[in-house]
Amino acid sequence: MKRFLLPLGAFALLVVVLLVGLRHAPEREAKFVKSPLIGKPAPQFTLPQLVDPAQTFDSGSLRGGWHLVNIWATWCVTCREEHEVLLQIKQEGRVPIVGLDWKDEDAAAISWLSQLGNPYQVVLADRKGEVAIDFGVYLAPESFLIDPQGVVVEKQYGAMTVEDWRSKFLPHLTAPAKAGA
Amino acid sequence: MLVEIGHFAMILALALSATQAFFGLTGAALKRERWMSVATSAVTGQFLFLALGTATLVHAFVVNDFSVKYVANHSNSALPLFYRVAALWGAHEGSLLLWICVLGVWSIAVAWRGAKLPADYLARVLGVLGVVSFGFLLFLLTTSNPFERLLPAAIDGADLNPQLQDFAMAIHPPILYAGYVGMSVSFAFACAAMLEGRRDHLWARWQRPWTVMAWAFLSCGIALGSWWAYYVLGWGGWWAWDPVENASFMPWLAGTALIHSLIVTDKRGLFKSWTLLLSVAVFSLSLLGTFLVRSGVLNSVHSFAADPARGIFILSFLVLMIGGALALYAWRAPSLGSDVGFEMVSRESFILFNNILLAVATAVVFGGTLAPMIADTLGLGTLSVGPPYFNPSFLIPTIPLVALLSVGIHARWRRGQLSLSKQRILGTLAVAVVVALGVVYGIYGSTRLMTPIGAVLGIWIILSSLVDPLLQLRRRIALPVGVIGMTVAHIGVGIFVLGITFVESSTIERDIALARGQSHTIGGYEFRFLGVENMEGPNFDGVRGHVIVTQGNKVVADLFPDKRRYFVQGTVTTKAAIGAQWNRDLLAALGEDLGSNSWSLRLQYRPMIRFVWLGAAIMALGGVLTLFDRRYRTAPVAATASVQTTGEPVQASS
Repeated sequence: MKRFLLPLGAFALLVVVLLVGLRHAPEREAKFVKSPLIGKPAPQFTLPQLVDPAQTFDSGSLRGGWHLVNIWATWCVTCREEHEVLLQIKQEGRVPIVGLDWKDEDAAAISWLSQLGNPYQVVLADRKGEVAIDFGVYLAPESFLIDPQGVVVEKQYGAMTVEDWRSKFLPHLTAPAKAGA
Repeated sequence: MLVEIGHFAMILALALSATQAFFGLTGAALKRERWMSVATSAVTGQFLFLALGTATLVHAFVVNDFSVKYVANHSNSALPLFYRVAALWGAHEGSLLLWICVLGVWSIAVAWRGAKLPADYLARVLGVLGVVSFGFLLFLLTTSNPFERLLPAAIDGADLNPQLQDFAMAIHPPILYAGYVGMSVSFAFACAAMLEGRRDHLWARWQRPWTVMAWAFLSCGIALGSWWAYYVLGWGGWWAWDPVENASFMPWLAGTALIHSLIVTDKRGLFKSWTLLLSVAVFSLSLLGTFLVRSGVLNSVHSFAADPARGIFILSFLVLMIGGALALYAWRAPSLGSDVGFEMVSRESFILFNNILLAVATAVVFGGTLAPMIADTLGLGTLSVGPPYFNPSFLIPTIPLVALLSVGIHARWRRGQLSLSKQRILGTLAVAVVVALGVVYGIYGSTRLMTPIGAVLGIWIILSSLVDPLLQLRRRIALPVGVIGMTVAHIGVGIFVLGITFVESSTIERDIALARGQSHTIGGYEFRFLGVENMEGPNFDGVRGHVIVTQGNKVVADLFPDKRRYFVQGTVTTKAAIGAQWNRDLLAALGEDLGSNSWSLRLQYRPMIRFVWLGAAIMALGGVLTLFDRRYRTAPVAATASVQTTGEPVQASS
């Protein structure tokens, strides 16, 4: 009789293992999705500005202060949801946001910003998406927090949320900057 | 509006699945015929609503309705129509819907074909299927609704993952799911037998064709997935022991054991409780696969977006279904004795070894798949389990498995008289050794130990599968379809073993930089790089290289490997070009542009890789053939009398 209960016992053990594994899943996920760029200098680039293509912006300009680089596009649905959060971050005024308009039409992007409000200090037009590839972007939106030394310290995969901004990003800005993090 | 109707249809299907479960199970328990027939009608109704719901979503994909969130996230107006339809199962929500639809098809097939089964048995089977369907529909509607709207609507969609924009990948999920889900039919048959407390073994005959059918689908589905990985991922690998691959492979291994133990239970009334346990185990492994792939407990190259909330749901469902079934097993199995015995050397004992070895093989894969999670949970650090563990460990049970097949195939039911077959066993082995060594050292010149072993085993299986049927044909004894199917399936195993042996031991692979006009020779084939040109597709652009392969002075392959950039997601994919011939593949893939007309290229020579998928396909074909055997066409109740007398034809004749 008892031997027929063995499979049930083994299964119960498996369920316990799976349950514990499931509780750890979010941490593992976080470890997994983290960009390989974290702790490394942000990619080098030079791009024209969206509003005035004659002016260019160089990745060197990111040094000397904290920046949040946000990859977005007008065709990106989630970017629209995210927009509100970016406006809030701008209002807080802790860090300037650099927008990277990814594979987009300039006119559409300009009208988007005039309709929904402009959270960016500067918007760069990455028309062919080459810089986004250097950043390892594969779905907009994504955001990168870059420290005054030009090193990527945090990455948001998908839309920025208020919770993530407070728990993942703000602590970097309030803590004293660690050299070469 | 249409999509809302679809959503509502799914809710009605949920209600009908509950009806099916309740009336099927209680109707059989209370012996109320009207209640039991309600279950059958509920199956039909549920199927219609599932079809309606799915049709509305397919329609949304076809007309590019980007106000549906799922469509907006996984399709695009530039995507060709075929892939817009296939995009339905391109992500978690839609593939779950596909899972449920496939279950609907299986259920209606059982309701229709099962009309000859005893009414209360059929009602219980449908009742269990109703419970499974209810669980998955609830999962879909509460955690993974593909009918959700997106307001405001997107202008265009985010496109289907480019790697899924491929023919094999588009048809791989439906076929794989037909296999996975088919195992729930097998599970339902076993549960129905346990619920009823049957002491006979007639259920095994009823369960057999469904299990074999599901197993054949699973074989094809896994082979298609492997083929896809081989030519789309571009690195020439055909099996990586990735958790998602393992999730489909474990039910296949256990399912292979099950189709064999079912034969013993059906024909000899033995292994009853073991077969029941195995039926539960195969379905558990299918569910476990779903859990592993969709909950985020394991990291895989091709898993779905992970969500622990979904994980909790599947785990709870797993506990209810499998825990319930195993409790039922603990209650019923003790009363299932065997009325007959068998000797040490008999077909029964060989199938017992087959089952033990397949169970060990499943455990090897299971352990390796779950080890990283367990290590991580116990705080032992991040552990990566890959081919260095799987390849050697998997061979430990499988080498004796295929060797015993060649011997056991001559064994008879009940009594051991292998000495009579000694001639055939040694004869086939001698021929296999001569042929194998000739091929290995004459053609491929391999120095590895495993190459001659694999080649001998593969050829030996083919010869020993053929010898008994051929001898019978020579004596003008007609072969039953079941025996033909078995022979074909075992030949498939032999071909599969040969394929793995040669592709693993004699593949040549080189990563090399070539300027336009330069060439490189591997394995007697000269690959000449003729440069690249730009190309444009409907939703991608990129470059296409041209490589000409010559052997001696003859051009044997014209290869156009390409590198595509898909507009919407900006993803770059590498498509290897393959020059295929039955006995070898020549493969070229583009690496990086090194400037001044020079590229890095990956060149490969892979002997007999086709045998791997061909073997799997032939195994599946053999399985399907057995379904046409006479024994399944006879009415099940009438078959009772013939159970003991229907001997194995091989035995009856020799």
